Amino acid sequence: MSKFVRNIIRYILFILVQVFVLFKVSPLHQFIVPYLYFLYILWLPFNTPRITLTLIGFLFGLTLDYFTKTPGLHAAPCTLIAYMRPFLVNILIRQEGAEQNYASPSITSMGLAPYATYVFILTLIHNGYLVFLEWIDFGSFFYFVGKVLASTGVSMLLIFVTEILFFRKEKFRTNTA
Amino acid sequence: MRNIFLFIRRYFNFLFFLVLQIIALSFLFRYNKFHEAAFMGIASELTGRVSSKYSNVEYYFRLKKINESLAQQNEELLNQLKNNFQGPDSLTAIVVDTLNKDTAGLARRYLWRGARVVNNSVSLQNNYITIHRGERQGVRKDMGVISPQGIVGVVVNTSENFAVVRTMLNRQSSVSSKIKKTGEIGKVFWDGRTPDYVTMENIPKSVKVAIGDSIVTSGYSLSFPPGMMIGVITEIVEDKTSNFYSVKLHPSTNFYSVEYVTVVDNLQKDEQKRLEEATRMTQ
Repeated sequence: MSKFVRNIIRYILFILVQVFVLFKVSPLHQFIVPYLYFLYILWLPFNTPRITLTLIGFLFGLTLDYFTKTPGLHAAPCTLIAYMRPFLVNILIRQEGAEQNYASPSITSMGLAPYATYVFILTLIHNGYLVFLEWIDFGSFFYFVGKVLASTGVSMLLIFVTEILFFRKEKFRTNTA
Repeated sequence: MRNIFLFIRRYFNFLFFLVLQIIALSFLFRYNKFHEAAFMGIASELTGRVSSKYSNVEYYFRLKKINESLAQQNEELLNQLKNNFQGPDSLTAIVVDTLNKDTAGLARRYLWRGARVVNNSVSLQNNYITIHRGERQGVRKDMGVISPQGIVGVVVNTSENFAVVRTMLNRQSSVSSKIKKTGEIGKVFWDGRTPDYVTMENIPKSVKVAIGDSIVTSGYSLSFPPGMMIGVITEIVEDKTSNFYSVKLHPSTNFYSVEYVTVVDNLQKDEQKRLEEATRMTQ
């Protein structure tokens, strides 16, 4: 299966899982919203051009928005994390040239600790910006802090489970020649 | 000039990012104000179709509950029929006609249209439901939507075959309401905490309220007919610093499993609105 087709299938699956599974979970608490969909952006290949990456982030967020009827609310944070992604990858990558040897960010390609940091920072930015946009409309500072922390915790847990369930084998590509 | 082009080329990534951010934010704030957004019509058609596929599956698991609630509503309506009330010497023939005026010269005010819910959310801060009935089938913006148990919300956006309803579980919705027993008017809104209760505020302390009292829609709303059930009081919150209570209601509509709704069309709304606006202009 080509990389392109695989990413399109992932796009659809992540949206459907978020809309018809995670958003259907009956709410435990006001602060806990299970967000997983943005993992799609974190999984995109290393060699995606930055313009494309930002544009995919925007379109991906907007697709979810049209399901939840909040146009822009998810698109804005997704664009932000898609734009920030290359900076973080550059900082956290284990060794020089690893982004050429592996296809996309994962535990095998980046190492557990750098990958976890990468996921954690982008999750925090995504949820922080998203709740901030809600906070402009309503809510208190306590609402902002509580919801960012709680939903980041839940997101991290979901991402951890997803990484274990759908372990992505990353082939080491030798292109040293 | 050359420098400008060089600048744009150098920072093209960042500028592109900024443009997308601005587009996203303008979508968001425009939608929060007017509930209209670019491509929302086409997008509603598409997402509505996907959602109706999904709800076809979910539908079978709820048939029993739906049946029960429809039977209950039927029973309630049967009890309101005119021929339940019969005196020994009264009029015998009941004329059913399709004119919009009845024999006493009363014009029809509300028209009801059924619709199926294809998408529903309760877990967000701004919850909307999508119904499978749109402009072509007579649904317009600002119409009220009720379920067999009570009110659901107000239509905020329509496409050809689908309509988006802002439910009571939305930080932006507020419904004009009254206490059924005493007739005190207030506003019902949602504080976003849990879908299990909504809040009604500004009830004077002189009014006697008790747990279990019904809250219904007032006659002041343009979207809902008076007397539609909103919820039942479950808790009375007394604010010592003011002269008002606020009460927490358990909404009578079960938002988790709302499957069939009725759209209320207020046929006299335009006339009333026109008059009110004309009055405001002359003041």
